[in-house]
Amino acid sequence: MVAAAALAEPIVHPSVGAALDIEQVSHAFDIDGAALPVLDDVSISVEPGEFVALLGPSGCGKSTLLRLVAGLDKPKAGSLREDEARITRPHPSRVVVFQDPTLFPWRTVWDNVALGLEAQGILKSQRQRVDDALDLVGLASFRNAYPHQLSGGMAQRVALARALVNDPKILILDEPLGKLDSLTRITMQAELVSLWQRKGFTTLLVTHDAEEALVLAGRVIVFSERPARVKADIRVDRPYPRHRGDPYLADLRRQILGLLGLDATW
Amino acid sequence: MSTYSLSDGLASGAPRSSRAPLLATWLRDSGIGVLASVAWIALGLSCLWWEDVGDWSRTHSLGIAAFVIAAAALFGTVGADYLGSAGRALRQRAPWLVALGAFLTLWEVATAKFAWLPLPFFPPPQAIIEVYTDDLPKLLDSVIASVKLQLGGYIIGAAVGFLTGVSIGWSRAVGYWVHPVLRFIGPLPATAWLPIAFFTFPSSWSASTFLIALATGFPVTVLTWSGVASVSSAYYDVARTLGAKPSFLVLKVAIPAALPHVFVGLFMGLGSSFAVLVVAEMIGVKAGLGWYLQWAQGWAAYANMYAALIVMSLLCSGAITLLFAIRDRLLVWQKGTVKW
Ligand SMILES: Nc1ncnc2c1ncn2[C@@H]1O[C@H](COP(=O)(O)OP(=O)(O)O)[C@@H](O)[C@H]1O
Ligand SMILES: [Mg+2]
Repeated sequence: MVAAAALAEPIVHPSVGAALDIEQVSHAFDIDGAALPVLDDVSISVEPGEFVALLGPSGCGKSTLLRLVAGLDKPKAGSLREDEARITRPHPSRVVVFQDPTLFPWRTVWDNVALGLEAQGILKSQRQRVDDALDLVGLASFRNAYPHQLSGGMAQRVALARALVNDPKILILDEPLGKLDSLTRITMQAELVSLWQRKGFTTLLVTHDAEEALVLAGRVIVFSERPARVKADIRVDRPYPRHRGDPYLADLRRQILGLLGLDATW
Repeated sequence: MSTYSLSDGLASGAPRSSRAPLLATWLRDSGIGVLASVAWIALGLSCLWWEDVGDWSRTHSLGIAAFVIAAAALFGTVGADYLGSAGRALRQRAPWLVALGAFLTLWEVATAKFAWLPLPFFPPPQAIIEVYTDDLPKLLDSVIASVKLQLGGYIIGAAVGFLTGVSIGWSRAVGYWVHPVLRFIGPLPATAWLPIAFFTFPSSWSASTFLIALATGFPVTVLTWSGVASVSSAYYDVARTLGAKPSFLVLKVAIPAALPHVFVGLFMGLGSSFAVLVVAEMIGVKAGLGWYLQWAQGWAAYANMYAALIVMSLLCSGAITLLFAIRDRLLVWQKGTVKW
C-alpha cells in the first residue's frame, strides 16, 4: 500500500525541514446534525525550517488545524501540502506533540520513545537513535521508569523525545508547555529553540501565550474567533536568544493582545 | 500510708523504669506468640484429657500435633529475631494462630468431647484429618480430575472470550453480528445449559468443558470489549502520527491498554466457572471434587465433605492467587493494584 511504500523510502535529508502549504482550508464539525464551522478559508505558507507560532482565542480551531496538518483528519475544503505532496494521512515526517504528553502508561520511557521506530519496523537496526533522543532531552537515566513515575515536565520531555526520534521534517506542537509551571516552561522554551536551531525542522507551535510565541517564533499568526480566520501574520525579526524584556517584543505583544481584543487593559 | 507508698514508688521508680519498657517491648513482640502457644496447648489438652464420645482414630495424633505447633509457635515468635524473614512472618501471623488454636479447641470440645453440636453433621477435627490420611488416593484423584477439567475449560473460554472481545471492540462489523448474540446468550447462567449439553455433546467431559468455557467466556468477552472500546483515542492519534499500521494499533495499543479490564474479566470468569465446575461434576462427570462431595453426601460421610470443601477452597483461592500473580507481573506499570 501507499503508506507502506512511503514509509520504506529512505529520508534523504532528515535534518532539513519541509515546506508546508495550507491552501484555502475550511473545516466544520457535525454536532447533532448542525454544522459547526471551525476553520474558514485559512491559507498559510510556511518555508522549510521556519518556526511559526499560531495564536488565537481558546476554541477557535487551532488544534483542528494541527490535526489536518498531521493528516489525522481531512479538511472539508481546501488542501494541505508538505513539500508539494498532498497530505492525506499521518506520516512520521510530521509528528505531533500534544498538550497532554499522552505517554503509553504500560511502556517504559525508553519504549515510549522507541514507539515510532517500532511502528515503522526499523527499531532493531536503529536502537541508538532512541538513546540519542533520550540524551537530547536529558532523560537517559530514566529510560526504565514508567510514565506514572515522572513529573509533568519530564513526561512532556519524553513526549518531545518520542517525536524527535523520528527526525520529523515538520514538528507540530499543540500547546506542549501549557500545563507546566512557569520555571519549567522557560527552561523548555530555551531547549526547544536550541533543538530547532540544531535540527532545522519546520516548527508549527500552537500557544495561548503571546510572550511564548514572540520569544520562540520567527512568525506569529493570529486567528480570529471561531470559525478561525487568519487575522494577522506578524514577522518577528529578532535574533536568538531573545530577551523577554526586549522593547521590540513588548511592542509586538501589545499589538497582538490588541488583535485578540485585550487593548483596553494593555 | 498511701502517700508513703506513693513516694516509695517514685523513689524506686528510676531503676524500674529502665526495665519496664524492656518488658513492654518483649510482651509486644512475643506476647501474642505465647498466647498462640497457649491456645494450641489448650487444643492438645482438650484432645487428650477427655474421652471421645465417638470412635476416631486420630485423636491422639491431633493432640500431639497441637503440642508440636504450640512449641513451634512459642520458639518461633520468641526467637523470631534469629529466624530472619520467616520469624517476622510468623510474628505477623501470630494473632491468627491464636484465633485458629482457640477455634479448633472450641470445635474439638463441642464435637468430639461433649457433642454439643449434633454429631454426624459436625465431625470433629480428627475425623477430617482421618479423611486426609485414609482416603487420600481417592481425594487426590478427584483433585486431579477437577483441575484438568477446570483448566481445559477455563483456558478455552478465556482465549475465545479475549479474541471475541477484541474483535467486537475493534470492528464495527463483528460487533454488529456478535453483540446481539452475546446479549441473548451471555446473561444466561451456564448451568442452565446443563441438561441440553449433556445429551448433545459426545461425552459428559466435553459437555462440562464447554459449559466452563461458556461461563468463563462471557465476562472475559464483555470486559475485554469494554476495555478496548474505552481506550482513549489520543493513544491512537499518537501512534498513527508515528507511523503505526492497524495491526500495530490493535496489538500494541488497544490490547495493552485494555489489559487491566481483561484481568477483571478473567477474575470474574474464574468465579463463575468454579460454580459450573462443581455442578457439572455433581450431575454429569463421575469424577472430581464436586462428585466426591456428592458421593460423600450419599454415604452420610460428613467428615469427607468438610475435607473436600477445605481442599476445594484452597484450590479456588490458589487459582485466584495465581491469576493475580500473573496480573501483577504483566501490569507492573500500574500503580496501586489490589493485593490478594
Ligand atoms: N471532534 C470534534 N467534534 C466536534 N467538535 C469538535 C471536535 N473537535 C473540536 N471541536 C470543536 O471545534 C472547535 C475548535 O476546537 P479546537 O480546534 O480544539 O480549538 P482550539 O483553538 O482551542 O485548539 C471547538 O468549538 C470544539 O468544540
Ligand atoms: Mg487546542
